Amino acid sequence: MTSRPILEVAALHKRFATAGGEVEALRNVGLTMRRGEFVCLIGASGCGKSTLLRIIGGFETASEGRITMDGAPVVGPGPERGMVFQDYGLFPWLSVRENIAFGPAARGIGRVKRGEIAERFIAMIGLTRFADAYPHQLSGGMKQRVAIARVLANDAALILMDEPFGALDAMTREHLQSELLSLWASSGLSVIFVTHAIEEAILLADRIVVMSPGPGRITAEIAVDLARPRDITSAPFNALRREVSALLGAHGGNG
Amino acid sequence: MAAPSSGPPGAIAALVPLGLLAFWWAATRNAPDGLIPQPQQVASELLDLAGITHSGDAFNGVLWANLLASASRVFAGFAVSALLGLPLGLMIGQIGLVRRLLDSTLQLLRPVPVTAWQPLFLILFGLGSQSAMLLVALGCFYPILLNTILGVRSVEPRLLEAAAMLGVSRPAMFPKVVLPSAMPGIFTGLRLGLGFAWVVIVVGEMSGIRTGLGAMIMDAREESRTDVVIGGMIAIGLAGFVCDIAVQAIGRRLLRWSPQHGGKA
Ligand SMILES: Nc1ncnc2c1ncn2[C@@H]1O[C@H](COP(=O)(O)OP(=O)(O)OP(=O)(O)O)[C@@H](O)[C@H]1O
Ligand SMILES: [Mg+2]
Repeated sequence: MTSRPILEVAALHKRFATAGGEVEALRNVGLTMRRGEFVCLIGASGCGKSTLLRIIGGFETASEGRITMDGAPVVGPGPERGMVFQDYGLFPWLSVRENIAFGPAARGIGRVKRGEIAERFIAMIGLTRFADAYPHQLSGGMKQRVAIARVLANDAALILMDEPFGALDAMTREHLQSELLSLWASSGLSVIFVTHAIEEAILLADRIVVMSPGPGRITAEIAVDLARPRDITSAPFNALRREVSALLGAHGGNG
Repeated sequence: MAAPSSGPPGAIAALVPLGLLAFWWAATRNAPDGLIPQPQQVASELLDLAGITHSGDAFNGVLWANLLASASRVFAGFAVSALLGLPLGLMIGQIGLVRRLLDSTLQLLRPVPVTAWQPLFLILFGLGSQSAMLLVALGCFYPILLNTILGVRSVEPRLLEAAAMLGVSRPAMFPKVVLPSAMPGIFTGLRLGLGFAWVVIVVGEMSGIRTGLGAMIMDAREESRTDVVIGGMIAIGLAGFVCDIAVQAIGRRLLRWSPQHGGKA
């Protein structure tokens, strides 16, 4: 019954060579995710959250350590690990429809089939009216919906999100949080979500992984056992908020 | 659609030309036989050059043949330049080895103005159409080349990451990501190049050639026909202007996706 973890990160170290010497961005990071899990990474600026996510995404290589996805070592970017960037990374010369069909096209799926895929995901994110619009004609929230649809249309099993809602206004952010949750609940996706916001982490995560800088490392893990949908005003939510806040303060390393 | 409204260009764009025209008129008002002809004299000479009126002098109706000669050299030179500059720019932008191989040579040749090349071209290719055409090609080469290189070099790394993550292989990266994101730069280069071609063609036609607007202006100068000189200048300006409008219309169509091009100019 115990299924294989979708992702295993073990003894991961990352050092950057810079003009001012070597920067130790990650020290001995380990993380195991079960399929369908929603993990939030939280921590002070510079603690290596993006670096960790980018290594899992295959955009950076680790200095030491091992990463496997479904048992296979990660050697570079790939469709099974879909990245959602804070700055969207949509192709400006492609319409919403073409952006979503881009991945399937890159993998050689035929025109008719990928048209159907695109339609389905456009409907899912509620952008049917904007299917032929270009990215510069969309709001930030719409762009991020397209970015999410784009990786889902490409059959990503693990979604890596680096502060995906950080640039959005509070209202749009709340909408997207609940859309992401219902999508996740109905799909069996696994998600790693980087955030600065404690409330966002508690609202979304099955498990919160707390990181600290200097060098970047994992300093605590908190299982969030609150029933969904979560009430951000409830007493247990607030208790957890205090707990995470204390952990961040204790290990935060001011500067 | 989301572009900031800039209003219709028509009315406001006409202000400065009308002002210049008024100044010209006022400055020559009391000197119908001065060194500089009056605007109305130039206007009637333009009609005569175009063959709409028939003065019967040597310049009557010669505009169209000369315009055609210049335009064909402009387009031929531009085409040669684009055919060389685009692939070369793409390669220099994309392939480090080609860049290292050619960059210093190109930077060394770049400051040499086309006017300095002209005597050499006349010696190499003789008096005639070919030299003027090649001079045009040289003139638009650098705008096209440099903007193409810039377009390729300024591809956002984020888009390369996004494409890699979505399954684009390394060799497919160029057609799928690099080329489309370089399009606005390439387009700017072509537009600047064509504009410059109209500047260079006149230089190219000023010696050793019988036809073309530049030759027409030189002939008129010999005969002290300042009205024809100015009429020819206006014709060149208009020809370049019409070309630019056409190129911009094509750009708006092809680059609809780009807020800098697709929206209002
Ligand atoms: N390409 C790089 N070259 C050199 N140093 C880097 C590079 N990328 C990250 N670093 C360093 O690694 C450390 C971790 O950076 P990272 O961006 O992963 O932090 P973060 O937790 O995502 O911060 P933030 O919350 O501000 O996004 C920082 O000290 C940073 O300066
Ligand atoms: Mg970061």
